[in-house]
Amino acid sequence: MVAYILRSTAQAILVLLAVGLIAFSMFRFVGDPIANMVGQEASQADRRELAERLGLNDPVLVQFGRFVRDVAQGEFGVSYRHGRKVSDLLMERLPATVELAVLSALLAVVAGTILGVYTAIRRDGWLSHLIMTTSLVGVSLPTFLIGIGLIYLFAVELRWLPSFGRGQTVKIGWWTTGLLTESGRKSLIMPVVTLAFYQLTLIMRLVRAQMLETLRTDYIKFARARGLPERRIHFKHALRNTLIPVVTIAGLQLGSVIAFAIVTESVFQWPGLGALFVQAVQFVDIPVMATYLLFVAVVFVVVNFIVDLLYFVLDPRLRTGRALATG
Amino acid sequence: MRIPVLSVRNLYVAFATRRADLVALEDVSFDIAEGEILGVVGESGAGKSVTGAAVIGLIEPPGRITGGEIRLKGERIDNLPLSAMRKIRGKRIGMVFQDPLTSLNPLFRIGDQIVETMMVHLDLSAAEARRRAIELLGEVGIPAPEQRIDAFPHELSGGMRQRVVLAMVLCTNPELIIADEPTTALDVSVQAQIIALLKRLAKSHGTSVMLITHDMGVIAETADRVAVMYAGRIVEIGPVREVLKNPRHPYTQGLMGSIPTLTSDAERLVQIPGSMPRLNARPPGCAFNPRCALAIDRCLCERPPLVGDDRAKVACWLVEAEEGAEQRGEVLS
Repeated sequence: MVAYILRSTAQAILVLLAVGLIAFSMFRFVGDPIANMVGQEASQADRRELAERLGLNDPVLVQFGRFVRDVAQGEFGVSYRHGRKVSDLLMERLPATVELAVLSALLAVVAGTILGVYTAIRRDGWLSHLIMTTSLVGVSLPTFLIGIGLIYLFAVELRWLPSFGRGQTVKIGWWTTGLLTESGRKSLIMPVVTLAFYQLTLIMRLVRAQMLETLRTDYIKFARARGLPERRIHFKHALRNTLIPVVTIAGLQLGSVIAFAIVTESVFQWPGLGALFVQAVQFVDIPVMATYLLFVAVVFVVVNFIVDLLYFVLDPRLRTGRALATG
Repeated sequence: MRIPVLSVRNLYVAFATRRADLVALEDVSFDIAEGEILGVVGESGAGKSVTGAAVIGLIEPPGRITGGEIRLKGERIDNLPLSAMRKIRGKRIGMVFQDPLTSLNPLFRIGDQIVETMMVHLDLSAAEARRRAIELLGEVGIPAPEQRIDAFPHELSGGMRQRVVLAMVLCTNPELIIADEPTTALDVSVQAQIIALLKRLAKSHGTSVMLITHDMGVIAETADRVAVMYAGRIVEIGPVREVLKNPRHPYTQGLMGSIPTLTSDAERLVQIPGSMPRLNARPPGCAFNPRCALAIDRCLCERPPLVGDDRAKVACWLVEAEEGAEQRGEVLS
């Protein structure tokens, strides 16, 4: 177990270094950093001096080392567009995205699992058929269309929910939250539903398929022959076996929820990281883009790590090291 | 006569398909007395497992019982509501499946699964159930049961797991155990151990057993009586010695002939030509007639009933004709 964690950590560090190299290359080789920083009328001497001061004349490896060191210390450079430190910008935008993504992920996992189990157990019920049909819509409709549809219905026609922004937020230390005010909570509903919808339907269909598979196994038949109550068979014996393969896919999907909330944030003018990234792309704000890239990598690495640990919790077959009995 | 533990009368099971009902079991009747081991043999698809599943009420849809009745100690159980049947399953009727490697839930400790079965059916405290589970594991021959009770299924070998399954089935002291090919998935050396264990346990607990297998050797060693099934019917039933020594139905004779023996110096084993008809292609008359070397005209159009006394019955026109002749002969002389 400890060895496993160490190995995973080493792998994670390697992945992050590789992504760091790409981010670094963006800095160094996409466009001319000097041209981005100084005005049109700067002299050749000024440029040379700036390059020297920024260390752009050092060997590439030295520069990469310096980049890694800075990143490790939370220094991501200065945004070209905002003229502020990228780390500050990130911190400002992070809470909005995290709140949105975590709530969406929770909604997708909890509702997806419940609906998946339900549709598997009541395979031929009319409600199951209805849910399955609706889920097809979720899988096939693009996210922005669902968002726009929701805005039209609940913000324009019914006027129940605000169509954009986070509403009022409350500051707790450096963190800002929309969960403590009514307008903040109202503003969360539509973006969360929009972002969760696709994942929810995907997880639901996955759980359903896996659950049906599990219900056909011998140990479920044997559990029936032992006279266990149906509910116990479904939720104790079948569900846990169902979740093992589901966790992998769901984990990766949730990583992408946190990392790629871009579309949803754009549709709802959500002041999060995704919106920041879209603006950065428009203005070729390399430091912000590079940092976002690193952020996404970190999210995926962390999620993967958590998924791996969950396997250990769910599946005793992985917890080796006990004496095996034979005979 | 005492009431048999299990009494099956005129049981019909059919699988509904889009076109028509496929009849898997036809007019199956048999009894299992207290403490008796009934072997059920036949080829794959003869209806052995469906019979077992019907008794415990676990026929997979779209299969269903379409006629007849099943009684457990005289009480009808084939038409019980689901909740009542659930209380019988695992408590009064236990079932052992073919593959012990997949019968146990891989994510739970074996002890927890045994304790769970007991807690569902018996009025026991968790500590008491655990104590009994350890006792049972010892009884089925698992070494160091105090430690093994906390093992996961994957930490045990196939033979060990089948022992655990037996312990789990016995933990509620059922009146009847249905063992559906309990040794088919095991090594030959382990098979003998498990069969001997099953026999010993049935004896010491006074449990009746319905032993489904296609292994005549297992039947000869274990069973008190044997029912031979062919194409969804019982073609011969009787005490195991009599049936093995003196099989009366041509199919049973064929089965016996196909068992290799050390003493015979035959070059080739006898084999029954052809194969068992599929569910939707059973011939009229006796289902065995296309493969039967002795078939007479009557076999082709009329189905022979299972006739005989309480001890032994056989469904064959030839046997009937023979016995009829004997009886007439006796009268004449």
